[in-house]
Amino acid sequence: MSEVRFHGRGGQGVVTTSKILANAFARTGQFGASFPMFGFERRGAPVTAFGRFSDKPVREKTQIYNPDILVVLDPSQRNSEAVFQGLRPGGMMLLNDSDKALNISNGNLKKLAIIDANKIAQEEIGLAIPNTVIVGAFARMSGLLDIEPCCDALQDYFSGKKLSANIVCAKRGFEEVELFDL
Amino acid sequence: MNTKVKEKSQIKVITGNAAAAIAAKLVRPDVVAAYPITPQTEIIEQISKFHANGEMDCELITVEGENSAMNAVMAASLAGGRVFTATSSWGLAFMYDAVLATAGARAPVVMVNVNRETPGIIAVSSGQQDMISTRDAGWIFLIAENCQEVMDLVLQAYRLAEDYDIQVPVMVHYDGFYLSYLSEVVDVPFQEDVDRFLSVLKDQPERIKLVPGGKLGCGSHGILKGYLELRHKHLSAMERAKAKIDQIDKEFQEIFNRSYSGQIEEYRMDDADVVLVGSGSMCGTIKTVIDEKRQAGVKVGLVKIRMYRPFPGEAMVGALKGKKAIGVVDRSLCFGFKGGPMYTELKAFETQLDGSKMISFIDGIANTDITKANVGQMIDSTCDLAAGKDVREVTWVSYPEAQEDGGL
Repeated sequence: MSEVRFHGRGGQGVVTTSKILANAFARTGQFGASFPMFGFERRGAPVTAFGRFSDKPVREKTQIYNPDILVVLDPSQRNSEAVFQGLRPGGMMLLNDSDKALNISNGNLKKLAIIDANKIAQEEIGLAIPNTVIVGAFARMSGLLDIEPCCDALQDYFSGKKLSANIVCAKRGFEEVELFDL
Repeated sequence: MNTKVKEKSQIKVITGNAAAAIAAKLVRPDVVAAYPITPQTEIIEQISKFHANGEMDCELITVEGENSAMNAVMAASLAGGRVFTATSSWGLAFMYDAVLATAGARAPVVMVNVNRETPGIIAVSSGQQDMISTRDAGWIFLIAENCQEVMDLVLQAYRLAEDYDIQVPVMVHYDGFYLSYLSEVVDVPFQEDVDRFLSVLKDQPERIKLVPGGKLGCGSHGILKGYLELRHKHLSAMERAKAKIDQIDKEFQEIFNRSYSGQIEEYRMDDADVVLVGSGSMCGTIKTVIDEKRQAGVKVGLVKIRMYRPFPGEAMVGALKGKKAIGVVDRSLCFGFKGGPMYTELKAFETQLDGSKMISFIDGIANTDITKANVGQMIDSTCDLAAGKDVREVTWVSYPEAQEDGGL
């Protein structure tokens, strides 16, 4: 089982990212469970979400304290201590940022992936909502998923032009994410 | 839960709230009246969408508050309709008089209550205190562990509420945040199968209806022995509900290939020496920790309370009798008692348990996470109790400072 913790802010689609990934895993015959934790729903407030992805049914209904993978949609949290809390040795991090500087350090972090998801989303859907770009980038970085089930999963959340634009977002995320071994 | 090979299914990844909304659509209600409240809002949003796009052919009353919601569905139910509503916490409190009246009128209303802490201390967070605060209202209470069970319990609730021998309103509870917003794999039944499952109700005698212009009154009125008769009949119906939910679950399995074994679910209980008793989403976590403890040789099992009202006393005694030690996990408080509500109620059966010792754990209040480590600690303490060690009767697992507060 892979345990993933998502960090972002209300309005970035943090929760939707975790949902789409759970959906994509289910489409491959695996199991996914994700849920967010927040108080009052509002744009701009910090949001954390948790995702568990496994080949067996996921029964735990708790928050994630020792993630294998971090997904950070909010660039301002790139070096936040709270983000790295509990990261397992050999951990991965996917970061949405235009700043590709590798000045991120954590003893347990072994693999870093950076993508300017806001820019791609702005180009493809006209809004700086990075979530579907992140979905594609996650598939590439983690190696846990192909891009096809990710694109198929988007059908449950978008339709028409928005769907086709977001599929492009996911594919560009998959292709354009930059991977670094630390 | 046992899942056999499925012949027909639609696998979806949806939240507990979406599962509740889809279940409400599948039972083809005549009237839905509801008001949104966190963490239940998504149910009402989804039902509104189904109604707007023609998928749901019901009267949807967008009331100005929860009190009106319950009064509207009670009236529609007494007029013979199938009804649905959903609420949480403050909303449940705001409809409290109507909740009592609905039970007194024996109106077979089905309501989802997404568990959240109650008014008193403002907290938009999970906890079963809202459920506990209405446990003596005369409703049947069912509690779900995961999104699939949310879906399945709403379907089963109609068979129970509207059964001619029962006719008692049913509340389906699930943990706010932990299940309301949890996206996971759910097998969504086909409409024809739900229709078949509910068709049994059509073969039963027709219940008495309130007809416009008719001379029949509604609700239950009575003083002295008349009152006693109505109350006693209500209590008797609730007693009958225990065997009825077991039977409904069997019929559910025949159609949907999923079984939850009725009033309670037992997990790895056959050779268990020590047991945790719990309800709701915590049970998934408890099962995971039990598997780990079993690998280390600890003979521990779980009894999950699925039906909380009526209290499944006989079934609990059957499952727990002769076990060395029992730890009861409550996600709520029982003001006036030291232990949690379910612990306090199970204590009433202590003399029938052949010497099993019992302790109370309080955890999961106001979004404090019932972690795997917390569950491990509970199992260890219960094992200590079984081994004859001195263990505190009540432990607030996420609040060790409780020991210094005095009193408990």
